Amino acid sequence: MTRSEEKPIRKLKQLPSQHVMAAGTPMCAGCGGLEGLNEASDVLGENTVFVNAAGCMTLLSVYPFTPFRGSFFYTAMASAPAGAQGIRDALDVLIAKGRLPAADDLQVVVLTGDGSAYGMGLSSTSGAIERDLDFLYICYDNEGYGNTGHQSSAATPLGARTATDRGGFHGRTKNLFDIWVAHQPSYVATAVASEPLDLVQKVQRAKQLSGPRLILMLAPCPTGWDYPPERSLEIGKLAVDTGAWPLKEYVDGQVRHTKLPKTRLPVERYLETQGRFAHLFEPQRDEATLRAIQAKIDADFAAIEGSTTAPD
Amino acid sequence: MSRSLMTGNRAAAWAARLAGVDYVPAFPITPQTEIIETLSEWIRRGELDARMTTLDSEHSMVTAAGTAATAGVRVFTATSSQGLLYAMEMLYAVAGFRAPFLLANVSRGLAAPITLEPDHCDVLAARDSGLLQFHAASCQEVLDLSLIGYRVIEDKRVRLPAIVNLDGFYLSFTREPVELPEAEAVAAFLPPFDASALGLRAGQPLSQAVAVLGGTPYSYFRYECHLAALQAERVFAEVCEDFGERFGRNYSALERYACDDAEIVFVMMGSFASKARDAVAQMRAAGERVGLLRPRLLRPFPADALAQALDGKAAVVVVDQNLSIGKGGVLHAELCSALYGRADAPGVITSFIGGLGGRDIRREEFFQMVSETREALQKARAGTLEAPPAPRLLFTADELRELRKMQAIAAVRDAEVRSSRPPPAPNAGSQGS
Repeated sequence: MTRSEEKPIRKLKQLPSQHVMAAGTPMCAGCGGLEGLNEASDVLGENTVFVNAAGCMTLLSVYPFTPFRGSFFYTAMASAPAGAQGIRDALDVLIAKGRLPAADDLQVVVLTGDGSAYGMGLSSTSGAIERDLDFLYICYDNEGYGNTGHQSSAATPLGARTATDRGGFHGRTKNLFDIWVAHQPSYVATAVASEPLDLVQKVQRAKQLSGPRLILMLAPCPTGWDYPPERSLEIGKLAVDTGAWPLKEYVDGQVRHTKLPKTRLPVERYLETQGRFAHLFEPQRDEATLRAIQAKIDADFAAIEGSTTAPD
Repeated sequence: MSRSLMTGNRAAAWAARLAGVDYVPAFPITPQTEIIETLSEWIRRGELDARMTTLDSEHSMVTAAGTAATAGVRVFTATSSQGLLYAMEMLYAVAGFRAPFLLANVSRGLAAPITLEPDHCDVLAARDSGLLQFHAASCQEVLDLSLIGYRVIEDKRVRLPAIVNLDGFYLSFTREPVELPEAEAVAAFLPPFDASALGLRAGQPLSQAVAVLGGTPYSYFRYECHLAALQAERVFAEVCEDFGERFGRNYSALERYACDDAEIVFVMMGSFASKARDAVAQMRAAGERVGLLRPRLLRPFPADALAQALDGKAAVVVVDQNLSIGKGGVLHAELCSALYGRADAPGVITSFIGGLGGRDIRREEFFQMVSETREALQKARAGTLEAPPAPRLLFTADELRELRKMQAIAAVRDAEVRSSRPPPAPNAGSQGS
């Protein structure tokens, strides 16, 4: 189902010049998740309730301050989508019974990190999608339990050093995009703040649809990934240009890549920017792990060659 | 008003229907499921204008209940046992939301070992969560305490969610005559939910349940929940008075049966108290001055009312259908804390654990509890009671023999495992069998 059309944003120049969210939050300097949230909020506007699960962004609203112009509701680590369900159902009931003007309706947006989205919150997420809940899920994915000091999560990539895998993570990485797609929701997209046009176009497309929708944002994390905060945008761009974070979307039953690198760079260019991968290079190169990381990306891209179409 | 036979589960569903609830987040669990099945059917037939959503767990269900109540709708939900514990994190959270809704808990013992039969370990695990607790002993009370409950929790002096507790099987699946009030009369008693400061809508941003830094705001907000819960005792009394005038059924925080001139008083919660009531009637007929006190309110805890009701009594027998492992009966501990230091408090308070996992409590066992309490009382009067009698499990020699047979079938070979637990001391059950 499609909502009323807004004027599509086609150029960087069309991006809003002022953020909807206020400045001065307690997020770390260079937080890639906060930048992505700012870009998304600008499209979503003020008539929004963000339903939050335990994570870094829980600290955006610390009594009595909030950077949100709309509403913010903290629930728990496992059940933000269930919190969204209660709000959506209540608003629907109030509108249907004439106790709330339809004009006062809110967009219900779940906002969590990867720890909740890939792990503890997955049951309530799956339930919400299966019930065709009309909500947008924004996940800021910094590939670890960031707020607690960056322990390994189900999103941690191969080789990354974390607080619980000092020698580098060697498990599997869960594919949240495909897990969502398997539920056949309205919309699923990956994004990153360093590609603002791609991100806002996706949020805009998501906003115009109803039903379950996910924006999965890579959130470069200076403290967790161990790099200087001023490099967040550069690292986000390298994630895309090396294919470590493919920009894609699922809509109408099709996955398409929205911004393929013209010349895909070797993944080492991305890995070497971050302290969490330094042990793959020093004191000696861990060729096996480096090859495995590159091979995984190559295989992903081999599978998508030819499936690429430009966005509308 | 019409009178019909119905189960406690159906009475709970009727309460939701008569309260005109807007929203029912649900999740099935035995022995509660009949409640949500009934509501679902009424909604389908258009007899109840509400939305029901089946969530993926009780944790999600209570989350949705709390957020929906914050958004300003009247919410009803229900669970049992493992479900209540699965939701435990959210019980504490939704109390902090200060958004009122009612949860019917159909009491059932907790795993392990897993059982379907009732005791109060589930609901008492939620004792400190901030949800008020109303404990019913009949199907009529399930209905009435729920209607009263909505008025109490939606009162601006309270604004907390609450549990109405009914015992699995004994109430959930037992038909009793229930007076159903007319919908118009209930509507006059229970006005529409005025969400006031709550509500989520465009142009009225609300930050709900946000983080605090430091103990100052945290202490303030949690203690504010406590003060609101304490105020609920007075609000409950006011609402009960109005309910009595409208519907002719009078309630208070305590049910007193044959208490006035009683020397020894049983204190029990829930439907098993009706077993005590029967035994008290028998003992009264035999000339014994015994009585029964049954709290309908557990949170807020009616400490003063209990103390006043027990002032000047010789002894109290607390029968707990629960077990705080490593301590004993929860109600016993709570009652002792309410009575300690009062000049006219009973000198002897005995503690018995009975009815765990639905185990019956027989009339003879009530007689035996009184007789043991009387012995302790005589020692106390003679100055020879050095310490109150230790808490006791109601468990007969016959039951132990049955259990030994099960262990033999289960091929428990370790003789030490079997004999390391001292056999229960004989009590009324063993005498009677």
